[in-house]
Amino acid sequence: MSQIILYTIITLVAIGSAAAIILYFVAQRFKVYEDPRIDEVEEALPAANCGGCGFPGCRNFAETLVKSESWEDLFCPVGGNDTMAKAASLLGREAIEQAPKVAVVRCNGTPEFRPRTNEYDGAPTCAIAHSLYTGEAGCPHGCLGCGDCVAACTFDAIHMDPLTELPVVVDDKCTACGACVDACPRDIIELRKKNKKDRKIFVSCINEEKGGIAKKYCSVTCTGCTKCFKVCPYEAITMENNLAFIDSEKCKLCRKCVPECPTNAILEINFPPKKEKKEPAEAEVSE
Amino acid sequence: MSLKTFSRGGVHPPEHKLSSGLAIEELALPETVVIPVSQHLGAPAKVLVNRGDQVKIGQLIAQSEGFVSTNIHSSVSGKVLKVDKFMDSSGYKKMAVQIQVEGEVWEENIDRTDDLVKNTVLKSEAIRKKILEAGIVGLGGATFPSHVKLMVPKGKTAEYLIINGVECEPYLTADHALMMEKTDEVFAGIQVLMKGLGVEKAIVGIENNKPDAIKKMKEVANGTAIQVQGLKVKYPQGGEKQLVQALLKREVPSGGLPIDVGVVVFNVGTALAAYEAVNKNRPLIDRVVTVTGKSLEKPSNFLVRIGTPISLLVEKAGGLPDDTAKVINGGPMMGKALSTLDVPVVKGSSGILLIQEGEARRKEMQTCIRCTKCVGVCPMGLEPYLLMTLSEKSLFERMETEKVMDCIECGSCSYTCPSARPLLDYIRLGKAEVGKIMRARKAV
Repeated sequence: MSQIILYTIITLVAIGSAAAIILYFVAQRFKVYEDPRIDEVEEALPAANCGGCGFPGCRNFAETLVKSESWEDLFCPVGGNDTMAKAASLLGREAIEQAPKVAVVRCNGTPEFRPRTNEYDGAPTCAIAHSLYTGEAGCPHGCLGCGDCVAACTFDAIHMDPLTELPVVVDDKCTACGACVDACPRDIIELRKKNKKDRKIFVSCINEEKGGIAKKYCSVTCTGCTKCFKVCPYEAITMENNLAFIDSEKCKLCRKCVPECPTNAILEINFPPKKEKKEPAEAEVSE
Repeated sequence: MSLKTFSRGGVHPPEHKLSSGLAIEELALPETVVIPVSQHLGAPAKVLVNRGDQVKIGQLIAQSEGFVSTNIHSSVSGKVLKVDKFMDSSGYKKMAVQIQVEGEVWEENIDRTDDLVKNTVLKSEAIRKKILEAGIVGLGGATFPSHVKLMVPKGKTAEYLIINGVECEPYLTADHALMMEKTDEVFAGIQVLMKGLGVEKAIVGIENNKPDAIKKMKEVANGTAIQVQGLKVKYPQGGEKQLVQALLKREVPSGGLPIDVGVVVFNVGTALAAYEAVNKNRPLIDRVVTVTGKSLEKPSNFLVRIGTPISLLVEKAGGLPDDTAKVINGGPMMGKALSTLDVPVVKGSSGILLIQEGEARRKEMQTCIRCTKCVGVCPMGLEPYLLMTLSEKSLFERMETEKVMDCIECGSCSYTCPSARPLLDYIRLGKAEVGKIMRARKAV
């Protein structure tokens, strides 16, 4: 009996060893030599694999960083300047600094401002609704509210507000990867410069129709009246196709444009309320 | 003898031909018309008129731009109010000419008599030219410029002309009405098309839910080279590839056209329009539109001038019923819901369907249960459940490989799906994206 067991063991050990030796030589023969720095750089990246850098996954971006001559357009929006500096130091390179950005939804067409004239009963995605018609409120540029942007976000940084029927960006979680920007069929979401305390000033409208037409369906549309353009002391506002645009790089957040807008299309976010002048009558009463 | 039909796929939605047998009623002229410059596949026509111009009925107001394009004519006489963007059935505002209707002044060369002008001495090239000049497009709904379809590409030969009198969409009855009331003119139009195409043989396909039309057409065609064939009712028999297969047992290859198997298909309405254009010098300025719905007081087949607002058609059919939830432009299978009635009738408007609240609302979409009913009913042999999933994930290149461009958008898949998945909507999205990819590839 023990002889059978012995022969079995010897046979199996022999087969195993033969396999091991063959595998060793095959592994050596077909070994892929990779620059070990790629692994190191990959370790430094956030491992979100979100595609925000424009490359398919963090490993691919790490490869690109190692192999590229110029780092001109290479930036990881999720990791930001810290991550790029780390990667740079690992490779003895210089990282190009970029101002952090945040996604901003440029439509304020709530049911109060932009009344719905019909009910959409189609497939629940913005891409399809956009291909079918102008939307439940008639504005051909306005938010459709089906949430393709929410579905695209891998950082849980954007949600639909059921009351306003508009998407809301969670500034702390947003990495400006651009997924929501690509997902929106109307190009409503824009990556704008991130300011201190998440302050924002922007034109919450992208409608390019003549003011008279746009006002028919939305009371907070930009009519292209140019009042904001005329008052901006920093030339941060440009007018094109009946629409005002505030350049977030040039804007100094002075808020001069906000009260000028007759339709309240310019929004100021995360600012303290402006100090009110004390009325003379009030001062008398307090005495 | 069992009737012919196409062999692959198909569904049997209830027919609801509420307006069947109703005589064509000429609709009164509206106060203004809005005539879009793109009522056809291909490049929009170029506007020739300006604000303030006086126009006559049948006057050319926009010119064909490019190879696949066609002319647009005024359907009324009066003054041009505006050349601007107006809402149309595409769901968006598109360039159109708005005309205030004044009187009934026709272009002089149009033959307005009721005389049947039977034969044309014109040769095929002259016929094609007249069809282009008259702005004739496929009136089955696809609106492909007809003169282009009559031009047989090099290396191919046309053997048969098939006339589509099937009208497989439920509710719609415009083609049926034409075959009953304008039989001689339709027949003359078929002969015009045969000459334009250069063929000796023609077959008219009619579904056998229209036995009176089959009988009447057979009477007129008796003794001629034109055959009239009754077909077993099945949707989408009116799809040209399905019709070719049903009548001639020839299968159009994937990605191909009926001319690849020696056939060209035209709708009966187009045949009538061809007769009017070539034999009567009458450009395409009106068409028969079915207005129908279960709650509608007076389902009708109206003869409508192009540019008439749909609100007028609904008004003349008894007004909008209180329980109307959806107004569909076209039929229930392939049509598109309107968000306003203030859109004009265009060359491709076959019907307006008013659906009540209970029936109109879609069921909530659920997950695919892999039952493959959609695969079974697809007349083009595609896999709709797969195409929808690919579209959801934006895998458009794979959709091209899976032959999404062969989809005829008949809607049989969405109709059948037990999970109420909006298959056709996602597939349409995929087709649009794949179309973009293909055009970008060609441009390189």
